[in-house]
Amino acid sequence: MANVELTNVRKVYGSSVEAVKGINIAIEDGALCVLVGPSGCGKSTLLRMIAGLESITDGTVKIDDKVVNELGPAERDIAMVFQNYALYPHMKVYDNMAYGLRNRGMPKDQIDKRVKDAAQILELTQLLERRPKELSGGQRQRVAMGRAIVRSPKVFLFDEPLSNLDAKLRGQMRVEIKNLQRQLGVTSVYVTHDQLEAMTLADILVVMNAGSVEQIGAPLDIYEKPASTFVASFIGAPPMNLVPVKADHSGLVLKDGTRIGAEGLSIPATGALIGFRPEDLEVSAGTDTHIGGLALDLKVLGVEPVGAESYVYGIIGGERVVVRVPGRSTSNSDDQLRVIVPKQKLHLFGADGKRI
Amino acid sequence: MIQNNPVGRLIAHVILIIGILIVAFPIYYTFVASTQTLQEILRPPLSLLPGGHFWENYSAALFGGVGRIGGVGVDRLLFNTLVMALGIAIGKICISILSAYAIVFFRFPGRMVFFWLIFITLMLPVEVRILPTYKIMVDLGLIDTYTGLILPLMASATATLLFRQFFMTIPGELVEAARVDGAGPWRFFKDILLPLSKTNIAALFVILFIYGWTQYLWPLLMTNRNDMSTIVIGLRKMISFADADTEWHLVMVTCILAILPPILVVVLMQRWFVRGLVETEK
Repeated sequence: MANVELTNVRKVYGSSVEAVKGINIAIEDGALCVLVGPSGCGKSTLLRMIAGLESITDGTVKIDDKVVNELGPAERDIAMVFQNYALYPHMKVYDNMAYGLRNRGMPKDQIDKRVKDAAQILELTQLLERRPKELSGGQRQRVAMGRAIVRSPKVFLFDEPLSNLDAKLRGQMRVEIKNLQRQLGVTSVYVTHDQLEAMTLADILVVMNAGSVEQIGAPLDIYEKPASTFVASFIGAPPMNLVPVKADHSGLVLKDGTRIGAEGLSIPATGALIGFRPEDLEVSAGTDTHIGGLALDLKVLGVEPVGAESYVYGIIGGERVVVRVPGRSTSNSDDQLRVIVPKQKLHLFGADGKRI
Repeated sequence: MIQNNPVGRLIAHVILIIGILIVAFPIYYTFVASTQTLQEILRPPLSLLPGGHFWENYSAALFGGVGRIGGVGVDRLLFNTLVMALGIAIGKICISILSAYAIVFFRFPGRMVFFWLIFITLMLPVEVRILPTYKIMVDLGLIDTYTGLILPLMASATATLLFRQFFMTIPGELVEAARVDGAGPWRFFKDILLPLSKTNIAALFVILFIYGWTQYLWPLLMTNRNDMSTIVIGLRKMISFADADTEWHLVMVTCILAILPPILVVVLMQRWFVRGLVETEK
């Protein structure tokens, strides 16, 4: 068990393509850190650099307070779970799990004990004599986990381990991974592009975009106080609504010219974006302006009932927005609604996308 | 397309049977001739049923020594050919699997140059290379040796390319998993790559064994001594231009013996062979 520390880590491909641009992350012992971001944001590259599968152009990676930049993957005392599981197709489940230990020259009886223990934890005992081909997706996923566990490494690395599973199984495995990680207390780095996975698993969430860290923090802190419009629209489903506003001498103007009450907001001269989560809007029955909130007019485009709640899609000031309404919505297309955003639920971003 | 009406099936069977007869009859006829005496063969028409000299002819050919090839027995020719065919097949597989391994999994300077060099040799027919190769073999004193028979035929671009194509289908994550598991290049090759290539190796072995077994031009150049001949060359030498001078019954025996080992290899390795050609185990 160990902490992981990345200092100014950079990765440059060729001479000019900068895939990872100076990243600093400190992960405490036993924590599960999730790297999340759209594809191509450098999160997998970063993970592979921690694993030692990718060389580090600049900066240092420390595992257990030891710089590991020059060490090979096998010497870093890490275990990795791959997206397509990467099980050895010709080996039985038992051998798949034992292979890494054999390569380290561990005595047979000790290997046997470790593999059987891991199989017990992962409920694989019945499957030890099978080959990967004869297993279902979820079982293969478990074997891949088992292969990581038997090594009892300092760090677990997960590279989108659940993306090949169907939605139901994914939810189930997500809980299992979380429990397992808690139970074993091994520091972990987990890469995903699924924000739901990121939110539910992470102790520390790292949101990445275009090779840089956008925000680091506890998942709910990030959800409640996104540092930029990128984070705001990436974390949360449906994403946060962002409506551009400009200030003029007499108040605030939306994109299509609609005037709204300023409600004490100070908007920079360059303009800003006001953001609000779909669930933070209140649909007002009358036309009265709510005290302490921003009142906006919404033209309904359509309603999507998903059961427990409904999504009302509409337009505010020329910008498309979505409102999450509990239960069934009675609105129809082309209805005009007055919605109120409580002031404390309002997010404000500058023209550069940064939070104000 | 699977036809289920009886007429279609009947026609299909008739065509297949005719095909088999066309292919099998000459072989059967050779076998018939190999059990007759020389006089019976030379006095047409040849009977369609096997004669009574099976043991006599076969033991004469195998152990008695055949006059026209300097009294060397067919057993010696079979042994020579076996050594050559096995040498070529095994040698080619070893060399090409290793070179494909290097080209696919290692980044070294000149990697693509080597790849193209190997690839270009495909474009040169054997006949073009045969004189320089012969000269080299003579200078090395390898005439009438097994090494001389095997070595020049061992380098193979086709097999290298085949293994390269197969290796490229191996997912990169598998290679990385092995690295994380602490498998160095040699361990990875031995524990993961070789077992995964089993079926390809088997298919290639069958093809190369037959290729080696039926070599004609190269052994013809490389061997002067009768006891270093391969069976194909021996067969050729047994046949004289004067019909009566040729021991046709022994020639027929040699023919049958010459086709047995390749058949045996195919039959024994059929399961692997077909699997290697049809699917890649992943």
